[in-house]
Amino acid sequence: MRILTIDTSAIASAALLDFDPLDPVRTAELVANFATTDTRSHAEVLAPGVQSLFTDPVTEGPALDAIVVGTGPGPFTGLRSGITMARTLSFTWSVPLYGMMSLDALAHQVFDAPAYRDGRAVGPLAMRDFVVATDARRKEVYWARYSAGAQLLDGPHVGSAEEISSVQVFGAGAGLYEEVLTANGCEVYPLFADAQPTALELGRAAARKIAAAGSLAGAGLLDSTPLYLRESDAKVPGPRKRAL
Amino acid sequence: MNQSNPLILGIESSCDETGVGLVRGTELLTNTVSSSMEEHVRFGGVIPEIASRAHLDAFVPTLAAALADAGVSLEDVDAIAVTSGPGLAGALMVGVSAAKALALATGKPLYAINHLVAHVGVGLLDESIAAVYDGGALPENLGALLVSGGHTEILRVRSIASDVELLGATIDDAAGEAFDKVARLLGLNYPGGPAIDRLAKEGNAKAVRFPRGLTMPKYMGTAEAPGPHRYDFSFSGLKTAVARCVEGYEARGEAVPVADIAASFQEAVLDVITAKAVLACREQGITTLLLGGGVAANSRLRELAGQRCASAGIALLVPKLSLCTDNGAMVAALGAQLVMNGVAPSDLSFAPDSSMPVSRISL
Ligand SMILES: [Zn+2]
Repeated sequence: MRILTIDTSAIASAALLDFDPLDPVRTAELVANFATTDTRSHAEVLAPGVQSLFTDPVTEGPALDAIVVGTGPGPFTGLRSGITMARTLSFTWSVPLYGMMSLDALAHQVFDAPAYRDGRAVGPLAMRDFVVATDARRKEVYWARYSAGAQLLDGPHVGSAEEISSVQVFGAGAGLYEEVLTANGCEVYPLFADAQPTALELGRAAARKIAAAGSLAGAGLLDSTPLYLRESDAKVPGPRKRAL
Repeated sequence: MNQSNPLILGIESSCDETGVGLVRGTELLTNTVSSSMEEHVRFGGVIPEIASRAHLDAFVPTLAAALADAGVSLEDVDAIAVTSGPGLAGALMVGVSAAKALALATGKPLYAINHLVAHVGVGLLDESIAAVYDGGALPENLGALLVSGGHTEILRVRSIASDVELLGATIDDAAGEAFDKVARLLGLNYPGGPAIDRLAKEGNAKAVRFPRGLTMPKYMGTAEAPGPHRYDFSFSGLKTAVARCVEGYEARGEAVPVADIAASFQEAVLDVITAKAVLACREQGITTLLLGGGVAANSRLRELAGQRCASAGIALLVPKLSLCTDNGAMVAALGAQLVMNGVAPSDLSFAPDSSMPVSRISL
């Protein structure tokens, strides 16, 4: 099974992965990957990035088994560029489209990471429930709580980092608010202090869910509705003050 | 690719209309538009974030409806055109991302085009004014007056595919924006243009003498020595004058004569717009003026522009309203002109430009 994944909840990224939907042990194999480091150039770089994954997108695109897009949470304009791209590719190629919460990508990356002591892997990094957090701008973070097995327990939320206490916190949101989090009894891992959701990790998380369920349809993936978490800032104007 | 009579898919998302149009050469196949206007009514104006959210959800359904309406498939399309500016940044981003996805998924060339120039190109699609064209081309000595909620400009069009010049523009609010704000002052609903047009018919346009922005000699200069804003507009002072006027009635405890104020305000806006447009035409050798933008629906604008153009010997072209408001067909129409003139397509890495100058016809 081959899937295209796209995530623009923070950086812009896309990946092509092959995996066996009936083999939950063998991990997904990366075919091609594209990722930026900056978080503000999605409109320019995403389309060439997706194109670069294929030798000929016109013939290879329709042969995909699915497209999986990160549905955020993330800054709105960037997030929409990925979802628009994914929806339009799905329509044009007649390939089924699924959504996944973008923080799942980071959670899966944490789940996959070993803890090291004296240069040797001594077991999984996340031993108990953990939180992943990304930058929500306006002095807030997007965050969600996961089990040690990377199952979503709570979230996604948007709010101040002060709301998170006494837990391991991973991701760029943790790096940004390390002081606040540490003061709240949290542990922030330097290795993950600037980690962002990526299409590659999102794809690996999706492959794991699909293989665990034995089918795409049974994997409990979402639709492509964006997880904005915030309303638009628009205020309904009050009645005009009359001059008296 | 069929370069002499290309089939172009055009995408528009610069404000609150999600438009997908299909055009073959200068023949309109479909003009499918989904508007989020209803969602902006309670705010009294377009809210960019709400417009952007609506574009995301409207795009694929609008595309599917347009293809079905025209009876064509994406394989038949020769090229894709999309508005890359000017417009609301977040709204443009949706149409541009969708257009790039279509281009990369189908392998078709993509044209990132100027929204304002597309308002001129749409004239080629209107059967009622096609008679003035020579073999599907725009007339010589062409100018355009664009008036909408997002823009107010006078253009000179030497070549739709390669040479468009900005002669004048608003330095603050767009005319349609002024209508919306004044409508709110008068307790009328959004959108303000149709509400004021309707109410003005019952009022006296000479009841209040509102200021005509940028018409003083220091701004106008002379034809030989033009001032800094000879063909430019300003509507924010006018809006303030209307507010003072309304407050004056209220402070005196008198009923506000809303119809008279609506009529007088409308006259002040349209008097300046048409006078400056005709002045620009006469001084710049423009003999045909094309009207575009949503305010072209205003009955008094059509009347005043008609009278003044006629007495100055200028031919006035007014496309039908569905082509004047923002739509994808106008984008496709300009895209077709670019293809027919052998203009190179845009690179997939272009960025939308919310303040794209009118002299950049495509990126
Ligand atoms: Zn427009």
